[in-house]
Amino acid sequence: MPKLTIDGTEIEVEAGMTILQAAETIGIEIPRFCYHERLAVAGNCRMCLVEVEKMPKPVASCAMPVGEGMVVHTSNANVRKARQGVMEFLLINHPLDCPICDQGGECDLQDQAMAYGGDRGRYQEEKRSVEDKDYGPLIQTWMTRCIQCTRCIRFISEIAGTPVLGGLGRSEHLEIGRYVGAAVSSELSGNLIDLCPVGALTNKPASYTYRAWELKKTESVDAMDALGSAIRVDTRGNEVIRILPRVNDDINEEWLSDRSRFAVDGLKRQRLDRAYVRKDGKLVATSWNDAFAAIAAKVNGLAGNKIAAITGGQTDVETMQAFKDLFAVLGSPHIDCRPEGSKLWPGNRAGYLFNSTIAGIEQADALLIVGSNPRIEAPVLNARLRKRWLKGGFKAAVIGPKTDLTFKHDYLGDQASILADIASGNHPFFEVLKNASNPAIILGQGAVNREDGAAILALASKLAEATGMIKDGWNGFNVLHTDAALVGGLDMGFVPYVGGYDTAGIVAGAAKGEISVVFLAGADEVDVKNLGNAFVVYLGTHGDAGAHRADVVLPTAAYTEKSATFVNTEGRVQRTRLAIFPPGEAKEDWKVIRALSDALGKPLAFDTVKQLRERIAATNPLLAGEGSLVAAPWAPVGIDGALTDKPLASSIDNFYQVDPISRASKTMAECTSQFGGGCGCNSKKKTGTHG
Amino acid sequence: MAFLDRTARAFLLTELVQGLALTFRYMFKPAVTTNYPYEKIPMSPRFRGEHALRRYPNGEERCISCKLCEAICPAQAITIEGEVREDGSRRARRYDIDMTKCIYCGFCQEACPVDAIVEGPNFEFATETRAELMYNKQKLLANGDRWEAELAMRIAADAPYR
Repeated sequence: MPKLTIDGTEIEVEAGMTILQAAETIGIEIPRFCYHERLAVAGNCRMCLVEVEKMPKPVASCAMPVGEGMVVHTSNANVRKARQGVMEFLLINHPLDCPICDQGGECDLQDQAMAYGGDRGRYQEEKRSVEDKDYGPLIQTWMTRCIQCTRCIRFISEIAGTPVLGGLGRSEHLEIGRYVGAAVSSELSGNLIDLCPVGALTNKPASYTYRAWELKKTESVDAMDALGSAIRVDTRGNEVIRILPRVNDDINEEWLSDRSRFAVDGLKRQRLDRAYVRKDGKLVATSWNDAFAAIAAKVNGLAGNKIAAITGGQTDVETMQAFKDLFAVLGSPHIDCRPEGSKLWPGNRAGYLFNSTIAGIEQADALLIVGSNPRIEAPVLNARLRKRWLKGGFKAAVIGPKTDLTFKHDYLGDQASILADIASGNHPFFEVLKNASNPAIILGQGAVNREDGAAILALASKLAEATGMIKDGWNGFNVLHTDAALVGGLDMGFVPYVGGYDTAGIVAGAAKGEISVVFLAGADEVDVKNLGNAFVVYLGTHGDAGAHRADVVLPTAAYTEKSATFVNTEGRVQRTRLAIFPPGEAKEDWKVIRALSDALGKPLAFDTVKQLRERIAATNPLLAGEGSLVAAPWAPVGIDGALTDKPLASSIDNFYQVDPISRASKTMAECTSQFGGGCGCNSKKKTGTHG
Repeated sequence: MAFLDRTARAFLLTELVQGLALTFRYMFKPAVTTNYPYEKIPMSPRFRGEHALRRYPNGEERCISCKLCEAICPAQAITIEGEVREDGSRRARRYDIDMTKCIYCGFCQEACPVDAIVEGPNFEFATETRAELMYNKQKLLANGDRWEAELAMRIAADAPYR
C-alpha cells in the first residue's frame, strides 16, 4: 500500500491505482476527456496532466500508477499552464459551434474550457474539417467536433464486443470511423452518445429538439426488458425527449440497450387516449362511463368461469393485484400472466429467478446457455458475460440459436435432447460444469415457452443439482426473462386457479365459445385473431394487435407515466416514477380496474395506490420493499416429460420491436429495416449491413 | 428681530413675487417639449424597443434555435421549438415572444450568438387587443425585414464598444 501526498494531503491507497483514481478518493477531481472508469486507459487526451515532484515533465495522471512517496500537485501554476496548453491545442481544430451543437450545456469540453480555455484564440490558420460518417439511424455524427479521445472505439470493442470502429490515418489526418462497410449495429450503440465527451456523436432521433438545461429529469426504472435497468427519463413539457441510463452497479452498470433508449418516440405515436367501444364493427370513441356500461352489460349476470384475463409483458404488479381481486370477486379461475405460454409456475421462487443475480454472474466460471440469445434478449447482461469472459477462466456453451454472442463459447446444437445428455452426464460439458467452482446455467424464455418447457426446466434443475450449481453462497440456476412483468406476475401468483385455463386454454375456450369475455391487459402477444366471438376488453397504451381485435378499448398509462412496481429477472422489486402524464383521458391501469369494479357493482377494497400497495404487501411480503432483493431458497423445479425435437430458439426474433411501445416507434422501425433483427442473429432479413 | 423679518415678508408677498418671476422668465425662453407624434426626440443606437428577427443578406434567417435567449430571458417571455429543417440545418420551428411579459432588458440580444434577435428602435407598436402582442416567428421576421436598414446601422454604431 504505497503512501503518497496529493496537494498536501497524505493518503495511502492500493498499489496499482492511478494518480487520478487516488485523487478521486480524497475528492480532488482531475479534468479528463479520454479516461473513463469502465474502459481501458488510453492516455491520449493529456488533459489530466499533474505535476509530480522529481519528475522532469508533467505526467498524465490517468495512466500513471501511484508510487511510494510521490508528491503530486494537481492544481498549481505549472499544472494549470500545461492544461491550458492542452486545451488550446484541442480547441484549434474544434469548430466552436456550441450554439447549434446538441451537446451544448452538457459538454465536457465546454465545461473544461470554462476552467482552462483562453478568452481568445491565437490560431489564424485554417481549421481541420472531417467528413461526417453514417453511423445508422441512431447516432448522428459531427466528426469535425471529434477530439479523438477514442472512448467510442474502446467501448465498441471492449464492452460491446463488436469492433467496428477504429482510428484511420495519422496525426493531422487521423479520423475516427468505421471499418469498411460495417454499420454500428451493436445493441448497445446508444452508449457511444453518452460516452462521447463532445458533440461528435449525438442522439439522431432527438436531434435539435432539446437543450440539456430545459429538460426535466425523472429517475425511473426501465420496463422494456426484464433487467429493470436504472434510467433517467428526460422530458420537456408533456413529452419524453430521451432516456439515459443511471449508474446501478447491480444491474446495468452505466449502460442501456438501444431499445430501452431509443423507443421513446413510440410513447407518443399510436397512443390510445380515449375509451373506444365497437359499434357496427367499428371502434367509436366514447366516454369512460359508456365504455364501462358496455362492459357491465356483457359481464353482469355472466357466470364467473366464462370470463378470463391475460396480462402482457409490461403489466405492473399493482395492475395484476387489482385484476386478481376483481376476478376473485367475479368468481373466475381463468387468469394468466404468461401470454407467450411459458411453463414457469409460481410457488418455487428459485425456479423462475435469475438466482445468481446479474452482478453475481461475474463469479461464474462455467456457463451453459439454453434456448436464449442474451445479446438481443438482454444486451446489458450480455455485456456483463463478455466482461466475465475477458477476465479469463470462463467456459461457456450454448444450446439454442447459433449466434455471435461477442464472447467465445462452444456451440453444442439446438436440440433439447443435448441438455438431457448433459444432465445425465453423457456429454463432455457435464464435466466442465462439474469441475467448475461456480457453474451456472441460463435458461431463456425460448426454452420454457415450449410445450416441453416443464421437462426442460426439470432437466436444468437436475443438471444444477448434479453439477453443484446449488451450494452455500452460490445459486447458478438462472432463468432469463424477456418481459418486465412476468416475475412480478409469478410472485403475485397471477396464474390460473385450479380448473382455470392458461393462455392457450383461454384462446381455445374463446374460440369454442366456452369463454365469452376476455380481458387483455396490454397482452398483444396472444393469438388475438382466434378469440372467436368472445367480447374482448383491451386495457393498453397503444393501438396494437389487441386493440384492433377489442370490443372495448380502455386507455392506460405507459411505464413512464405512472409510479408502478416491477420485479426484474433476478427478483429485485423496483418502482418507476411518473415523468409525464398519460395522454388524453388515459389513466393508470389499477385506477381503470377500480373504476370498472364500481361499474360492475362489485367495488374493490382499495381507493388509493397506498391501500393497494398495502394489500400487495399483505399478499406477498417480498413485494413490499422497493429495491429489495431476497435470495430464493432452492427447490427442484419442472415436471419430467418427453422432449420434442423442435429446435431451441430465442423468444425474440427482432431486438428492435418487441413490445407495443417499440412497435409504434419510428426509430425502431428504421433500425429494423437497416439492421434486421439486431446482431443479425435470428432475423430473417439479411442486409448488406448484416453484422 | 426674526419676528419683524417674517411679518414684513408676509405682508409684502415677496415669495409670491419670486415664484411668479420664475414663471414669467420661462415664458420668454424656447419650449423644451416636443410635439409628439409629429416631432420626435433623438434616440440612442442602444435603445431597446420592439423585437425583430434578422436575416442574412442572402435572405437566410439567422436564428439557429440555440435557445440561449429563451434560457436567459428573466421574464420567460420567449418560447422556442427547434427542428431539423429539410436541408439538415438547425432552425426554429416556433419562435414566440409574449410582448406583454417582456421587460425589454435586452438580455436576448446580448445572448444571441448570431445577432438574430434584436431589440429595434420601434416603440410604437401599441395594439388594440392583447392577442396581437403574442408575437410569432412570422411577425418577428417581418419586423426584421422592415427595420433591417436601421438595425444594421445601429449594430454597426455600437460595434466599437463591444
